[in-house]
Amino acid sequence: MIEIKDLSKSLGGRRVLNGLNLNIEKGITCVIIGRSGCGKSVLLKHIVGILKPDSGQVFVKSEEVNRLNDRQLNMLRLKMGMVFQGGALFDSMTVAENVGFGLIEHDHLTHKDLLRRIEDSLCLVGLSGIGNLMPSELSGGMKKRVSLARALCIRPEIILYDEPTTGVDPITADSINELIMELHDKLKVTSIVVTHDMTSAYKVGDRIAMLYHGRIIAEGTPQDIQKTDNPVVHQFINGLAKGPITETVEHLK
Amino acid sequence: MISIEKFFINFGQKAMVFFYFFGGMTTLTFRGFYLLFASPFKKDRIFEQIKKAGFDSLPIVSLVALFIGFIFALQTAYFMQRIGSEIYIASLVALSLVRELGPVITALVVAGRVGASITAEIGTMQVTEQIDALETFATNPIQYLVAPRLLALCIVLPLLTLYADAVGIFGSYLICVFKLGISSAMYLNVTREALLYKDLFTGTFKTIFFGMIIAIVSCYEGFNVQGGAEGVGKATMQSVVKSFILIIVADCFFTALFYFIFP
Ligand SMILES: Nc1ncnc2c1ncn2[C@@H]1O[C@H](COP(=O)(O)OP(=O)(O)O)[C@@H](O)[C@H]1O
Ligand SMILES: [Mg+2]
Repeated sequence: MIEIKDLSKSLGGRRVLNGLNLNIEKGITCVIIGRSGCGKSVLLKHIVGILKPDSGQVFVKSEEVNRLNDRQLNMLRLKMGMVFQGGALFDSMTVAENVGFGLIEHDHLTHKDLLRRIEDSLCLVGLSGIGNLMPSELSGGMKKRVSLARALCIRPEIILYDEPTTGVDPITADSINELIMELHDKLKVTSIVVTHDMTSAYKVGDRIAMLYHGRIIAEGTPQDIQKTDNPVVHQFINGLAKGPITETVEHLK
Repeated sequence: MISIEKFFINFGQKAMVFFYFFGGMTTLTFRGFYLLFASPFKKDRIFEQIKKAGFDSLPIVSLVALFIGFIFALQTAYFMQRIGSEIYIASLVALSLVRELGPVITALVVAGRVGASITAEIGTMQVTEQIDALETFATNPIQYLVAPRLLALCIVLPLLTLYADAVGIFGSYLICVFKLGISSAMYLNVTREALLYKDLFTGTFKTIFFGMIIAIVSCYEGFNVQGGAEGVGKATMQSVVKSFILIIVADCFFTALFYFIFP
């Protein structure tokens, strides 16, 4: 479904992605773990074609994302839904307008159908009836769920989650995990979840891949990852301060 | 030696930034106009921007124009009374307002009020990933955000300018009629005689370009925000400063152009 080959990208004078390879099969939930600032969001943005690779290729549904023309890229984008880290809700619009954004822009539904689709999506994320609120009135967890509803509303085949459980309380985090699993089972979507929350990674992931120094250094089922003999992965998944991952400052330079 | 080298490197970098800015501005202008006409026309979005930029600017434009009218009448009165030709206050005020002050003051007010708000809005959208979100929904941010603002400002600025001209002349009228004892009929007559169509045209035509400058500069700065809230603040300042500079430069250009075309 998604195939990334030798992807490299420099941003702000630093090589963020460096020859990254990753394959994600249809219908699975792949969790990408890695430290903050290691380029997880940058990777997601390459998959939806917001960022262009310096070198390497990204294939989504066997189409090379950065070779498509505007129209083809837009068609492809409408098959993907992205849930942004901070929600990225349009703050000049109500929740309902946000959720229906993709439909309002691209599908010519009747008003009644539109409202139904919006309400359905909000219902799926457990937030029915808040359509008239403004994003500024929502809590962080609600924003993430509305963002998810917005992504769902266009009925995507692939959903990309950027740190869905970061910055919310553990109970909300778990309900978001449940939601990711439920959507996966119900809608049969392929999901990519970027996170550094290991609880969430084990819970939702069919496969886990670790991003480190611009590459995927380990990939496998949660069991494989837990039994790893790679010291970097071991340190990360167990949250140890001591280990091969120490450089923070030099790495950023 | 070292300092000369440094000077050239520095100069080179500044020049690069400058050309980068103009390149970006030019591209954005063309893309903005292209997408405006190439895509289905979204009336609502344009009307919304016209209201925000135009209608909502009326109070501040009225206030500024009225006071400019007062001030200008009083300042010219000082000299005109010395040479005993108070009645020419009317023509002088009318001409300078319509040809120069009205357009420039309006453009500066709009750059400060509307341009700054556009940059802050788009900049915030940029740092909170809303621009990226637009793209993931297969919506071109230039088409969605820039095109309506560009068209709205190009429409609104000439209208606001004409309005400002009228209010300014009215302000000066109040001073002349009630303070300096010029008769109302006389004032209006002199004003009408002084103003030619070409004055109105040259004064108003250039404001279309001022509107374009404000829209493009403020959108461009908004899209190029880096860093969080601080970046938005900085970009907003930059947007107002750059708009001011470009408006004055463009004004100088048009004044010279019209001087030679319509002598
Ligand atoms: N637009 C950009 N310009 C410059 N540097 C960027 C940009 N986007 C991301 N980066 C840099 O890329 C690195 C990875 O960022 P990101 O993918 O957001 O990390 P995370 O894994 O926490 O999501 C960071 O060091 C960041 O500074
Ligand atoms: Mg991130």
